[in-house]
Amino acid sequence: MVLQTVWFFLWGLLWAIFFMTDGFDFGIGTLYPFLGKSERDKNMMIHAMGPLWDGNEVWLITAGGVTFAAFPLFYAVMFSSLYSALMLILFALILRGVSFEFRNKVESPAWKKVWDTCIFVGSFLPALLFGVAFANIFQGVPIDQDGIFQGNLFTLLNPYGLLGGVLFVCLFLLHGALWLTIRADGDLAQRAESLSGKLWPVLTGVAVVFLVASYIFTPLYNNYLANPVLFLVPAIAVAAIVGIKYFLMQKAFFKAWLASSATIVSCIFFGIIGLYPNLFPSSIDAKYSLTAFNASSSPLTLKIMLIVVLLSIPVVLAYQIWAYKLFSGKVTDEELAHEETY
Amino acid sequence: MDVVMLSRLQFAAATMFHFLFVPLTLGLSVLVAYMETQYVRTGDETYLRMTKFWGKLFLINFALGVVTGITLEFQFGTNWSRYSAYVGDIFGSLLAIEASVAFFLESTFIGIWIFGWNKLSKKAHATVMWLVAGAGNVSAIWILLANGWMQHPVGFTIRDGRAELTDFLAVVTNKFGLLEIAHMIPSAFTLAAFFMMGISAWHLLKKQHVDFFTRSFNIGLVVGLVSSLIVVITGDMHAVHVTQTQPAKLAAMESHWETQPQAPIVMFAVPDEKNERNKIEIGRLPGALSFLGHHDVNAVVTGLKDIPKDERPPVLPTFVSFRTMVALGTLFPLLTIVGWFLRKRLVESRWYLWVMLLAIPLPYLAIEMGWVLAEVGRQPWIVYGLLKTANAASPIAASQVMTTLVGFILVYGLLGIAGFYLIANLAKKGPEPATEDA
Repeated sequence: MVLQTVWFFLWGLLWAIFFMTDGFDFGIGTLYPFLGKSERDKNMMIHAMGPLWDGNEVWLITAGGVTFAAFPLFYAVMFSSLYSALMLILFALILRGVSFEFRNKVESPAWKKVWDTCIFVGSFLPALLFGVAFANIFQGVPIDQDGIFQGNLFTLLNPYGLLGGVLFVCLFLLHGALWLTIRADGDLAQRAESLSGKLWPVLTGVAVVFLVASYIFTPLYNNYLANPVLFLVPAIAVAAIVGIKYFLMQKAFFKAWLASSATIVSCIFFGIIGLYPNLFPSSIDAKYSLTAFNASSSPLTLKIMLIVVLLSIPVVLAYQIWAYKLFSGKVTDEELAHEETY
Repeated sequence: MDVVMLSRLQFAAATMFHFLFVPLTLGLSVLVAYMETQYVRTGDETYLRMTKFWGKLFLINFALGVVTGITLEFQFGTNWSRYSAYVGDIFGSLLAIEASVAFFLESTFIGIWIFGWNKLSKKAHATVMWLVAGAGNVSAIWILLANGWMQHPVGFTIRDGRAELTDFLAVVTNKFGLLEIAHMIPSAFTLAAFFMMGISAWHLLKKQHVDFFTRSFNIGLVVGLVSSLIVVITGDMHAVHVTQTQPAKLAAMESHWETQPQAPIVMFAVPDEKNERNKIEIGRLPGALSFLGHHDVNAVVTGLKDIPKDERPPVLPTFVSFRTMVALGTLFPLLTIVGWFLRKRLVESRWYLWVMLLAIPLPYLAIEMGWVLAEVGRQPWIVYGLLKTANAASPIAASQVMTTLVGFILVYGLLGIAGFYLIANLAKKGPEPATEDA
């Protein structure tokens, strides 16, 4: 019981870190056609995430791998149920990844245009669809007693699912714009700053609507009402959102970005805590729901994997924080000109 | 076509495409790290230019390898959910360990390597490349252990209708997996070495950057010679182990129908699966198969007729892939041995340079054939002896898989064209000129 509960929250944590890190890449990629007016702007935006996106994306691989290892039945049922949505995400991520590497290798406007489009689609689509997927999980998915999904891609595109998608896109847009204020310079940094100011009320509005809609469409609040101390988590989310605005007004952009990170993590945990112990609730009958207890691996595997994760993840965090420190300054013209980079 | 067949095609397409890029990166990363270390130690600018030139080719392949790898991890869930639920306890753990101990390191440090030329000391920058190279190869080890478990499951018990882990040590010391590692990783180094020699040969034929490409060629030559010999030795050990663990695969590899002592190898044959015989047989070597499988010409080798029909792999692809792989695997050490004798007068040995240029695709073919042999030869099992492929697919509509299969072929086809176009372009362009004559 304890082991499965620990794994449930570790699982949530890995997804939260993925959204916190790769989230700003998705945001910058989505803003790319709108903020990238000149060739220099575009290269600046690519360089802002260039050294980090690859390591960020591994949080997704790890979250996926850990889902497979700790909750195999959930991994099997979730990914086959969400087949079309997940495949769209994967194709999008493939295109995004190669675009960075390919774009500047050929000096042709048409070639660059292709990869520019891929950067946008490859960032926007995953941001939206991950939101849709998680909102649907919060809400419950039509799976029957055999774990077979009774629906299709359009079943997922219901109002609450779409609202989740919009929330994720807003979170990542602001997260990305804030990262740009840190790493870009001159005009681009200023435009990113003023955009952050405009995005903030939008995000706040959407977040409030999502919190209310969660009460109407999902059973997430049951855990909170049973244990009111848990309301601390959404309270942290609110404080973090307010913090973004506060630090933005102070022009403390790195702190604003950290507040945005805290917002993302606490938003994910708001959902994860409400979900517990369900991993994949069935909207047909609660009996068919997959939980941390009926979908988990054997105790031996959970123990071995816990040791592996407790040993490796702190090390990963340490070297990733080092990498972030190395690449958190303004991108210089010298770096943009350096031909070894993208 | 049904869901199972479509999902198999999709997985095969995704794996084989992934496998066009990953083996090169396993070997090339180490070679680039070596070049950069030589630069740090000697201060010789040519080594720096070599690091950057081969490094760029490495990076394109790396990018394609990474993005195509992500889909594989998720396809177990999307297309093979019954398999995933059955084996997740063990197989899922190996994938999760791969991500958390190896892939993280590789992906984080590659970003630092690309963008960190002016941010790190020379020594630290070279160390970063060694971390990337080491992590990449460790990553391959975990993936091959996972595959090894599908080939020869160990350290488990069947409980509640699934395989549950009982002995983690047995899983990570699975002899089948270890032999795959010992065979596959040197194969990757052979491929990288031939890639390096082939591109160097092209420039040497044109007599440009002679010093640069002679040095590159010689590095490729040493690595190619050693690794291709290891491939032959571990390939032989692997065949003996397959004989013990997967008799059906061995029999199909040789289209061997009758159980008999002094079993022969037939150089050419046309398998006739329906009538359980070979239509044409040319070049019979009596006792050779007994020797291959048991290192004893008199040993009895089980024929396909003594394996139930529903437990036989498709004979033709297994037979053809094995032959192609072995023929090429024998050629590679021979080519590098010839190169060893010509190494002092490479530029004059134009015929040899031509051969090595044209040989670039051959290790690719060999390594893909090895993969086909391992996976098709395991059929009809997805986990050997435990779970059949037919019972492993997801309960989803065939139309869904059809759509994504078409998507994979289109997207991967275009990426492949763009990727190889860039690789060929960069390879032909050659290194940046040395600073003194810039």
